[in-house]
Amino acid sequence: MSFPILSYMIFIPFLGIIAVLVLRKEQVQAIRWASALFSFIPLVLSFFLLAHYDSSTSTMQFVEKHTWIPSLGVTYFLGADGLSVPMLFLTALLSFLSVIASFNINFRVKEYFAFFLLLEVGMMGVFAALDFFLFYIFWEVMLVPMYFLIGIWGGPRKEYAAIKFFLYTLFGSVFMLIGILALYFTSQPHTLNMMELISQAPLLAKGFQLIVFVAFFLAFAIKVPIFPFHTWLPDAHVEAPTAVSVILAGILLKMGTYGLLRVSLPMFPKAALYYALPLALLALINIVYGALVCMAQKDLKKMVAYSSVSHMGYCILGISALTVTGVSGCVFQMFSHGLITGALFLLVGVLYDRAHTRDIDAFGGLWAKIPVYTGVMTLFCMGSLGLPGLSGFISEFMVFIGSFPVFKVIVALAVLGVVITAAYFLRMIQKMFLGTFNTKWEALTEISGRELFTVIPLAILMIGVGVYPSPLADMIRATLENIVHLVTG
Amino acid sequence: MYFISIFPEIFLFLWTILIFVVDFFLKEDKRKNLGYLSLLGILITIILLFFSAQGEMFGKAYSYDSLSLFFKLVFLLSAFLAISVSIDFVAKFRAFKGEFFGLILFSTVGMMLLSSARELIFLYVSLELVTIPLYVLAAYLKPDKKSAEAGLKYMLLGAISSAILLYGISLIYGITGTTFLLGIKTRLMVDYLQIGPIGPGLFLSFIFFIAGFGFKLALVPFHMWAPDVYEGAPTPITAFLSVGSKAAGLVAFLRVFFESFSVYNPDWVTIVAVLAALSMIIGNIIALPQTNIKRMLAYSSIAQMGYILVGLVAISERGVSSVAFYTLAYLFANLGAFVVAIAFELQTGSSEIKDYSGLSRSSPTLSFLMMLFLLSLVGIPPLAGFVGKYYLFAAAIEKHLIWLVVIAVLTSVISLYYYVGVIKEMYFNKKEGGEKIFLPFGIKLALIICIIGVLLVGLFPNPFLDLASQAALVFKY
Repeated sequence: MSFPILSYMIFIPFLGIIAVLVLRKEQVQAIRWASALFSFIPLVLSFFLLAHYDSSTSTMQFVEKHTWIPSLGVTYFLGADGLSVPMLFLTALLSFLSVIASFNINFRVKEYFAFFLLLEVGMMGVFAALDFFLFYIFWEVMLVPMYFLIGIWGGPRKEYAAIKFFLYTLFGSVFMLIGILALYFTSQPHTLNMMELISQAPLLAKGFQLIVFVAFFLAFAIKVPIFPFHTWLPDAHVEAPTAVSVILAGILLKMGTYGLLRVSLPMFPKAALYYALPLALLALINIVYGALVCMAQKDLKKMVAYSSVSHMGYCILGISALTVTGVSGCVFQMFSHGLITGALFLLVGVLYDRAHTRDIDAFGGLWAKIPVYTGVMTLFCMGSLGLPGLSGFISEFMVFIGSFPVFKVIVALAVLGVVITAAYFLRMIQKMFLGTFNTKWEALTEISGRELFTVIPLAILMIGVGVYPSPLADMIRATLENIVHLVTG
Repeated sequence: MYFISIFPEIFLFLWTILIFVVDFFLKEDKRKNLGYLSLLGILITIILLFFSAQGEMFGKAYSYDSLSLFFKLVFLLSAFLAISVSIDFVAKFRAFKGEFFGLILFSTVGMMLLSSARELIFLYVSLELVTIPLYVLAAYLKPDKKSAEAGLKYMLLGAISSAILLYGISLIYGITGTTFLLGIKTRLMVDYLQIGPIGPGLFLSFIFFIAGFGFKLALVPFHMWAPDVYEGAPTPITAFLSVGSKAAGLVAFLRVFFESFSVYNPDWVTIVAVLAALSMIIGNIIALPQTNIKRMLAYSSIAQMGYILVGLVAISERGVSSVAFYTLAYLFANLGAFVVAIAFELQTGSSEIKDYSGLSRSSPTLSFLMMLFLLSLVGIPPLAGFVGKYYLFAAAIEKHLIWLVVIAVLTSVISLYYYVGVIKEMYFNKKEGGEKIFLPFGIKLALIICIIGVLLVGLFPNPFLDLASQAALVFKY
C-alpha cells in the first residue's frame, strides 16, 4: 500500500490548523470554511478506508512504518484493522459535523478552530498508532486543545471543568506511561511495537500482567469513564460547548474502550481473565447507577452526559464477557453511542442556543411549536433507549447475548438499566414535548437547515446500522475473533 | 589541526578580559553593545570546542571528553541565552553595564572547567569561579532591597556549602591520600576488598559531598536559598542560575560520584533517591500557591532537579544519558519560560502571575510560546520535556525503581496545575486592551532558539540522544 492514507487522515487537519492560523482574525467566514474543508477531506479518505478494507483477515492494513527515534526504539508505525477502521470513520464524521455545528461560535473563532483541528489530529492518531510511544503522544496531545476548548468556550464553571478534565486524564495516562515502559523492558528484544508486544504476551508472567494491567486500566477507565473514575465527565460534558461535548462523548470515551480492546485484552490475557468478574461488576454499576442518576437530572445536558456513563457500561460488560458476541456488541455500542449521543448533544445545543436554558421542567408541549426538532430528538432518544430497528438496540442486544452465558446474574440485573433508560428518556420527552404548551416559548424557532444537516447523517447511520448491521459486523468480526482468541486461547 | 583541550576555556577567559577592557573605553550609552561582543565570544568558543582535541591534561586533573563536551555546550548555550536577554535588561542599570556580561562569562568559564575537572582541588576552584561572579550578579540591582538580600543570602549559604564540600574533600584526602578522582577510585576499591563495607569517615564525606552539591542543585532540604535568590536577582541571572549553575553542580556530582565513589554505590544512592523524591514532592507542592512567576519557576526548578536525579540514581549508561538529555530539554523549556517572563517584566515591570491576565489577546505569539514552554516543563508530548521525562523514567524503570517513578509521575500531575495556572491567566481571562509586549532583538533571538530547541528536541530527538549517550560512555557502570 503505497498511498499513506492514515498519515493523510491524521495530518490533513494539521494543515488545516496552519491554514486557520494564517488567516486573519477578522476573516471569520473563511476560517470556518477552511476548517470545514480540512475536516471534510479526512472524511472522504475514511470512505476510501471503508471501501478498501479487507474484512476477511485480522492483520493490520494500510500499514506505514518508518524509523523515527532509533535510540529509544520508537518507530512511526500506523495501521488499521477491524477495530480501528470504524473508529477512524466515526472520528472523521463527528469531527466534520462538529465543525459545521461550531459555525455559530462567534468568540475567538480563529483559536477555536485551530484547537478543534488539533483535537482531530490527536484522535485520528490514537486510533491509527501501533507504536506505544506514538500512541501515547497522540493520547496526550488531545488533552491540551480539549482543555482550552472547555476552558475558553465553555459554560459558567468552565475553568473548573477544564482543569478537572486535564488533571484526571493526565493522572490516568501517566500510569499508562509506566505500564508502557514496564512492557518495553520486559519484552525481548525491547520493543514499543504493539503488534510485537501482543505476540509476546503469552510469555508474560501472570503476576506481572496483573500489575501492569491495572496501570493501563487506570488510564482507560478514566477515559471511558468507569465508576468510580467518572466524576470528571458530568462537569466536562455539561460545561463544554456543544461541538466539544459531541467529540467528548462521541470519540474520547471510546478511546478508553478502544484501549481496553487494543491493549489490555491482547497484551495481558491472563490478567483479562482474572479481572473479568470485577470488570463486569463495575460495568453493572456503570449501567444501573448511571441510569439512576439520569432519572434525577433536571438539566437536559447533564442527563445526556450521565446517560453516557450508563451506555459505556454496556461496552465494558461486553468486554468483560470475553466472548466474540459480547466484544462485538461492545464495538457496536461504541459506534452506535458515538452516533446517538453525538446527535443528542448537538440537539441539546440547538435548543440551548434558542432558549438559553436546559432545564427540563421549563419546557412543555414543544411538539406543537417545533415539530421537526421534536421529531428528530425523539428519534435519537428512541435510539438511545434501545428501540429495535435502531443501532442502540443491536449493540445492547449483542452485549446481553454475548455476556449472559458468562455472567447470568449480572446481566439479569443490567437489563434493569434498559428499563430505567427508557423511563428517563420517556419522562424527558413527556415533560418537554408533550403536555400543555408553555407560552413562554412562543418565540422559539425551528431547527435550522445547517443544524439539521449535522444530525441527519447520524440519523441515517443509526437507522442503517439498526436495520442492516451485517456490513459493520463483517468488518469487525475477524479482528475481534482474533482478540478473543488471544485471551481465551 | 586541533587545539589543546583547554583552549576553549582559555579563549573565553581572554575574551572576557577583553570585554572588561573595552568596557573601560566605551561611552556609557554604547556599553550595551558589549552584550553582542560577548555573544560573539560564546559563538567562537562553541566552534573552538569542536576543533579542540579530546583528551587529558595536567596529569589527568583535567579531561575533555564527551561528557564535558555535552555539558560545555549546555553552559555556553545557557550563557548565550542569558546574555542575549540581558542586552536590553542592562539598559535599566545606571552603571556597570559591561561587567554584567563579563561576570556571566567568568562564571561560564568556571562551569566549563568544572565539567572537565577530575581532581578535587581543581573541581573546588572551578566551582568557586562559577559561584563568586554569581553572588555579585544576584545583588546587581543594588538599590533594590530584594536583590541585595538575594546576593547576601546566596553568598552566605554558598560559602557554607562550599565549606561543607571542602570538609568532604579533606576527609576523602585523609582516607585515600589523593585528590585525583581516578586515584580515589583505585584506593577505595583496594580498601573495599581489604576492609569491606563503608566506614564512618567515608560515609560522612559522602554526606558532605551530597550536601555540598545539594546546595548548588537546590535539592530539598538544601533549597531554602533558592526562592529568595531567584526572586531577588535580576531575572536574566535567575534564568542563568536555574539552568547553567545547576547543570554545573550536576556534572560535578556525576564526575565525583560515578567515577570515584562507584564502589560504594549502594551506600549513597539511597540517600540521593530520597532527596530526589523529596525535591519532587516538596518543590511541586510549594510551587502550587506561588503568585510570583520567578518564585514559581524557582520551586519548579527544585522539582525539575528531582526528576533529573531519578535518572541519576539508576546508575546506568541509560541513566546518565537521560540526565544529560533532560538537562538539555530542561534548558530550552525553562530558559524559554524565563525569557517570556523577562520580556514581560521589561515592559510592565511586574512578575506577578495575575498580571499575565489576557496576555493572549495582546501578545498572541508570546503567549503561545510561553504555553509551549510550560507544557514542555510538565512533560506533555510532543515537546522536549516529554521525551526527556520518558527517557529518565525509562532509565529508572529499567533498574526497577518503580516507587521513585510513581512519585515522579504523580508529582508531574501536580505540577500541571501550577504551570497551567499561568496558561489559564493568559488565555482564559477576557481582559481586553492590554498593551502588546515589545520584543527587542536579543529577546527575540533567545525566544527563537528556545522554541526551536523545545520542538526539535521533542520531535527529532535522535541526534541529541546520540550525543547524550556518547556523554554517558565516560563512566563504567
